Amino acid sequence: AQAGTPLFLVAQDLTLFCICVNVQSQPASLAAEDISTNSNGPKQDSLFDDDPEDLFAEATEEVSLDSPERDVLLSDGPSPAITPITPPTSVITPRIGHTHDDMFTHSSFDEIEEEEGGDSFDIHISVSDPEKVGEYMTSISLFKRNEFAVKRRFSDFLGLHSKLASKYLHIGYIVPPAPEKSIVGMTKVKVGKEDQSSNEFVEKRRSALERYLMRTVKHPILLKDPDVLQFLESSELPRAVSTQALSSAGLLRMVNKAADAVNKMTIKMNESDAWFEEKQQHFENLDVQLRKLHTSVESLVCHRKELSVNTAQFAKSAAMLGNSEDHTALSRALSQLAEVEEKIDQLHQDQANADFYLFSELLGDYVRLLTAVKGVFDHRMKTWQKWQDSQMLLQKKREAEAKLQFTNKPDKLQQAKDEIKELEGKVQQGERDFEQISKTIRKEVSRFEKERVKDFKTIIIKYLESLVQTQQQLIKYWEAFLPEAKAIS
Amino acid sequence: MTSIDENSKEKLRSVSVDLNHDASLLIDIPDALCERDKVKFTVHTKTTLSSFQKPDFSVPRQHEDFIWLHDTLVETEDYAGLIIPPAPPKPDFDSPRDKMHKLGEGEATMTKEEYTKMKQELEAEYLAVFKKTVQVHEIFLQRLSSHPVLSKDRNFQIFLEYDQDLSVRRKNAKEMFGGFFKNMVKSADEVLISGVKEVDDFFEQEKTFLLDYYSKIKDSTAKAEKMTRAHKNIADDYIHISATLNSLAADDMTANKNLNIILSLQKVEGRVASDQDLKLTELLRYYMRDIQAAKDLLYRRARALADYENSNKALDKARLKSKDIPQAEEHQRQCLQKFDKLSESGKKELTSFKGRRVVAFRKNFIEMAELEIKHAKNSVALLQGCIELLKSN
Repeated sequence: AQAGTPLFLVAQDLTLFCICVNVQSQPASLAAEDISTNSNGPKQDSLFDDDPEDLFAEATEEVSLDSPERDVLLSDGPSPAITPITPPTSVITPRIGHTHDDMFTHSSFDEIEEEEGGDSFDIHISVSDPEKVGEYMTSISLFKRNEFAVKRRFSDFLGLHSKLASKYLHIGYIVPPAPEKSIVGMTKVKVGKEDQSSNEFVEKRRSALERYLMRTVKHPILLKDPDVLQFLESSELPRAVSTQALSSAGLLRMVNKAADAVNKMTIKMNESDAWFEEKQQHFENLDVQLRKLHTSVESLVCHRKELSVNTAQFAKSAAMLGNSEDHTALSRALSQLAEVEEKIDQLHQDQANADFYLFSELLGDYVRLLTAVKGVFDHRMKTWQKWQDSQMLLQKKREAEAKLQFTNKPDKLQQAKDEIKELEGKVQQGERDFEQISKTIRKEVSRFEKERVKDFKTIIIKYLESLVQTQQQLIKYWEAFLPEAKAIS
Repeated sequence: MTSIDENSKEKLRSVSVDLNHDASLLIDIPDALCERDKVKFTVHTKTTLSSFQKPDFSVPRQHEDFIWLHDTLVETEDYAGLIIPPAPPKPDFDSPRDKMHKLGEGEATMTKEEYTKMKQELEAEYLAVFKKTVQVHEIFLQRLSSHPVLSKDRNFQIFLEYDQDLSVRRKNAKEMFGGFFKNMVKSADEVLISGVKEVDDFFEQEKTFLLDYYSKIKDSTAKAEKMTRAHKNIADDYIHISATLNSLAADDMTANKNLNIILSLQKVEGRVASDQDLKLTELLRYYMRDIQAAKDLLYRRARALADYENSNKALDKARLKSKDIPQAEEHQRQCLQKFDKLSESGKKELTSFKGRRVVAFRKNFIEMAELEIKHAKNSVALLQGCIELLKSN
């Protein structure tokens, strides 16, 4: 698909991107039998080792596929907010409409974690170049069909992210941020021709969207979210109008504002668990280092591009010098040198692209991801605060009730008792929420760290391989030039 | 205070073939000291010639002394038909000095290790500039010593031998000539050379060639410099990247392994930059100046031709007026003689100059290609080793 027509530049938000997702599901880990083993077998206890009084133990059992409740669950209609999608039979169905909204995601997450031993899904998403009215095609073979494609606009991606963020961030899930709206502003590309810069912009955006989707579907909970499934499967999406103004950057800014507000409130949280403090510090440090590294790599990209330009200029100059040279053999050698340098210029350009797309973008992605990570920690604090507030309010109400005991106002007393009952429920819920978010964050952080190490390792290997290729080409070019130089006499 | 040794000098001698053939007069600069901005060269001479007082001696010289020598040679009428070797450029430590200054200012923003590494790089750059300037001063003297005519110059001998400070002499010379000739040459150069009607095919060709070649090589020198600078910038970036990876290494196993590879890459990139600088940029720069010297020769010859033509006109006038004919005839004869002498020696000089240039280019291109291959092979080995390590874990 060729982009770069003037129309494209003007009406960016009208372009649609093509996402192709190939999912090879590995039968073993998806078979119903395995799942039931996981949920019913002795392993189940290990899930709750750290949580003997887990309120959700029963809930988990209910979700196993060969339990009698299953049919009941599967027959539950999807939530009215989402277009109906046939749930896969080979995947755990999220229980939609269950009274404890938070519970089902957690329990299914627990089970997924058990499966995770072997990668249950081998998902590959590719986002291909947008066509004229540009459409990103995505296809996912999560289910029976191996590959199908849908067309999505950039704003659809943003819409998806905002939905996921609103559903999952506040309960402790690290939701991958969507690409920034104005990527061009972030780069230091020395603009050559119009075409080149618009092509680069398109490629950057396409690549960023691809990475975003991959990260999203790699998350076991998010993958099963109906909005995600709809995004990947539905041939048509309702236009995400309200989110057009809200890019992921905007969302993250909101999260950060919330974080700042939290800080300003000087929540003196009684941290019963040093783990959280340690981890927060760790992520702070990581953030600083990654930003610094990102800056250095951006500088590398910039200088490599400069080198490419300078080499091209030198090549031209050497060619002119060769033309001017009156000694035949030397003249030829100079022309050959010019040719070598021209080829090397292309090498430098390619390497600069690798520097950018592999190394620099990876770092940029993680800087943005860390913002989301920090966000969930802040949400935990807010959750704690909410719980504390309920507790304090309950305390007050109890004191008021005690006072009312001595007055002769039976109505007011009853009212007070009712309020207290309600508040007690709230306090319990608050405590549960807090414990749940803490638990979720622990798991999320562990998953995040594993992913991060894997991610970096994979990409660094790719990057080093790109460097090897460049050097090997250099050897070829100079070895070809050497006899020419020796031929001067 | 820095000095260089014999071994590193061998590697440096790039822009000319070895000029120190003739054992009767061997010159080298074994030693140099850098005090603040002033470089003090130790000029060492070994000679079998009886014109010198001692067979083996050394004197300290400053850059200004070289310039004085060059200028006196240029202004000597007898050498008008020779290509006077270009004067060595002034030692320029501005670049590393500015960078050192910036580094000092930015010290707070980087880790101690990063700072140390940057400082080391700058010191290496400083040393490289230093080595280059020594080389270029040495070659100047060696070109003189290997020239049949210039090696016998009296001022050259004084330069080599005089064990007192030359600055007094320098001042006198300046007062005598006032740099007048040099300025004249500079301003009238191109116009005169292109304006004069050429009678000799050889010189016509040379003129066309040299004028064009000069502008092309000047451009190539500038572009090569920019290439080298970009390489250096990349090497510096690798320093910063490796420093940050080092900080990450405490948290992250992967980063630790990457640290060393990036550092090694940086070293290689730095080597590539400095080798390219020596073999390519310095080569082009040197021959740019040499071609300017050849152009100067053409200029002097053109001026002699102009003088001869003027003397012809004067003779015609004298004949017309029947006045001072013998003087005019004598003048014309002298002009013709001078012109012929210049043409003859000029031809020889320009021919040998071409030969010299071709040989030097060949040598440097071969060395440059070999070094590039060596560095690239090094990089490949390093990178593949690191990839293996990462994959096996």
